[in-house]
Amino acid sequence: MIAESGHYALVLAFGLALIQSTVPMLGARWREYSLMNVARSTAVAQLMFVAASFAALVTLHVSSDFSVVNVFENSHSMKPLIYKITGVWGNHEGSMLLWVSILALFGGLVAIFGNNLPMSLRAHVLAAQAWIASAFYLFILTTSNPFLRIARPPIEGQDLNPVLQDIGLAVHPPMLYLGYVGFSISFSFAVAALIEGRIDAAWARWVRPWTLVAWIFLTTGIAMGSYWAYYELGWGGWWFWDPVENASLMPWLAGTALLHSLVVMEKRNALKVWTILLSILTFSLSLLGTFLVRSGVLTSVHAFANDPRRGVFILLILCIFIGGSLSLYALRASSLKQGGLFAPISREGALVLNNLFLTTACATVFVGTLYPLALEVLTGEKISVGAPFFNLTFGPLFVPLLVALPFGPLLAWKRGDLLGAAQRLMAAGIAAFLALAVVWAWTRGGSTLAPLAIGLAVFVIAGAVIDIVERIGLFRLPPSIALQRARGLPRSAWGTMFAHAGIGIALIGIVCETTWNSENIKTMKAGDVASVAGYDLKLESLTPRQGPNYREMAAKFSVLVDGQAIATMTPSKRSFTTRGSTTTEAALLSRGASQLYISLGDIGADGAIAVRIYHKPLVLLIWFGPVLMAFGGILSLSDRRLRVGAPKPAKSLRGLQAAE
Amino acid sequence: MTRKQRRLTIIGGSLAVLAVAAALVLNAMRDSIVFFSTPAMVAEKHIQPGKRFRLGGLVQPGSLVRGDNLKVTFEVADGSANLPVSYQGILPDLFREGQGVVAEGALDASGVFRADTVLAKHDENYMPKDVADALKKQGHWKDEYEAKAKGGARVDGSAAAANAAPREQGAVR
Repeated sequence: MIAESGHYALVLAFGLALIQSTVPMLGARWREYSLMNVARSTAVAQLMFVAASFAALVTLHVSSDFSVVNVFENSHSMKPLIYKITGVWGNHEGSMLLWVSILALFGGLVAIFGNNLPMSLRAHVLAAQAWIASAFYLFILTTSNPFLRIARPPIEGQDLNPVLQDIGLAVHPPMLYLGYVGFSISFSFAVAALIEGRIDAAWARWVRPWTLVAWIFLTTGIAMGSYWAYYELGWGGWWFWDPVENASLMPWLAGTALLHSLVVMEKRNALKVWTILLSILTFSLSLLGTFLVRSGVLTSVHAFANDPRRGVFILLILCIFIGGSLSLYALRASSLKQGGLFAPISREGALVLNNLFLTTACATVFVGTLYPLALEVLTGEKISVGAPFFNLTFGPLFVPLLVALPFGPLLAWKRGDLLGAAQRLMAAGIAAFLALAVVWAWTRGGSTLAPLAIGLAVFVIAGAVIDIVERIGLFRLPPSIALQRARGLPRSAWGTMFAHAGIGIALIGIVCETTWNSENIKTMKAGDVASVAGYDLKLESLTPRQGPNYREMAAKFSVLVDGQAIATMTPSKRSFTTRGSTTTEAALLSRGASQLYISLGDIGADGAIAVRIYHKPLVLLIWFGPVLMAFGGILSLSDRRLRVGAPKPAKSLRGLQAAE
Repeated sequence: MTRKQRRLTIIGGSLAVLAVAAALVLNAMRDSIVFFSTPAMVAEKHIQPGKRFRLGGLVQPGSLVRGDNLKVTFEVADGSANLPVSYQGILPDLFREGQGVVAEGALDASGVFRADTVLAKHDENYMPKDVADALKKQGHWKDEYEAKAKGGARVDGSAAAANAAPREQGAVR
């Protein structure tokens, strides 16, 4: 019953999306308010039906109803409750349902909170949103229905892939999807602006918070995915330049660029045409990501070549939406009026530079990700493009971006004073140079580029802090006045500081981990000692244990520094009986921001176990940086300007419409 | 500065950055791309020792020998040719004889493939797509394996959302 209701709710949501995608458009054309208002109610109703459908699937998973194919293939009655729930999106069908649910959620939020949007803009935005939704409902209903029944229900399920039975997976995909799909809002706004042929600073004010929300989720989602890979896959890597990771990085880069160009548009009414293009590109890259992950074109473990119809269907959606929106752009972009002027050296100019480098970096990732696919299709030759490629292309493009970054916030709008900014950044430059010298003198080995990169990171962090120090007049003015000014400073300024400093902090982590990590791989028996980076790790015992749906071999290590035991670590190797597969559960020990990392290999014939031990200096900064960036984003989001509802109420609204 | 000059500055700057990026990409393409081969293709193409490539195939049953200090040797077969591989380190969790494997490294002077990375996957039904395609092409695709792969394909798919998926899992460096 539940499965059928869920399926039926999904069909109804599809029907509502179809209405939502056409009726409001006609209403906007005929200036018929009652028809335009249909968008609102259908968007909310659509959200309710999809939510019901999603709740139905969760219920089926929780109650272990193995008469449903999706539950049978991905669940097991012995699985802990939390993984029964997260298992809902641990498979193709369920994750697509999550995707459309989030899409409907964003549509519903626009409908509920979009009271102050001009009527026709809201109608167009929600209609565009419904086009995307309709396409994906159709995709789910025809090719990946999660509610299919099995004729003769089995007693037990096949269990979820063990590496996915992890708390990281509980939170990471929804986060990532909130980011991916959140960019659909800026896409819909861009399409609506193109259809209406009108765009102004108010438009940017409406779009900015939505983009920021999506960006915050995408940032945390990527960081979480990276941390999950780090501790769950058992070999200590945190970024592999795997196409699937690139698929999430590309919208992030484009979205970051969009976030910055929206600032120019909101404050200075410039860069309109470019901002619209970026909105379209950002969501197109999200769609491309969905295609790469869901279609099976990749030479990777994500390939599910069982149903080629899926790949073709998503490719079709991709072509229609990207092709359609870009054609619309080509047709209508010229009708958008150009905005304010600015000199090349100005805040606007700095933000253009930021956009330039971010999008170019994004383009190199794009080439590196899709070139192997294109080559295989065209010539049949198989190649793999890995980390070396991206280090040689992405890296050099990020360096000038980071060098320029601290200058941006210090330049004035319209016409900036580069020399003045450079003088104010003197302290940051000195700090960077000191850091460089200290790192150079202290460390041995590793690349000579590493101290330079650390210097650059310190420059970015110090530059971000100096901006705030300058603005509140710390050290220049009496502390009480500085404090008062600090309180008066808009939260978005603090947000900028945290986000920019976060980049520098992540960079320090990345450089330290890749340059000075040490590893020790060997076979050990109980009583053996292995040492790495000044730590001695003694293998105390090897004991078998029984978990809820697995058996494991746990190794107990005591960690010694100068003969003093400071902690114990227990990595293990789990074998999941149902799937006959094993996973490696690494043990982590944090020492400040550095970590010790142990993962186990196979047990040899002589009873010795293969052990991999890493010491990863400052590795935690890699994820602390993005957390700080997301925190900065949240601060900006809580800025007074947005809280007080920047898009003005009735009066200016009428003014806006009169301008048509 | 007029609107026209401003636009020219921006366009000029963008083109310069794009040109640099294109140069970087082309340069990286030349040096850092790794090709994929099966043992039969290795024999055909006479790949030079020291040239890095990815070798894919099935681990020849009975060929796995474990030595001291985590040294292992095994053979990779694609039905028509075999190639000996040596590797030092921990093998992926589900590295097994008779299963698909992809190794990255280079041939040494004696014709042994020295791998520095061995990729396999946690799933027992997993067959790297490169390997499956190559085997199919040569007509060594077993029906039984195909059925298995089909059954297991969904299982691979469970590698859910976006980058939450087990990438080339047990990849060992």
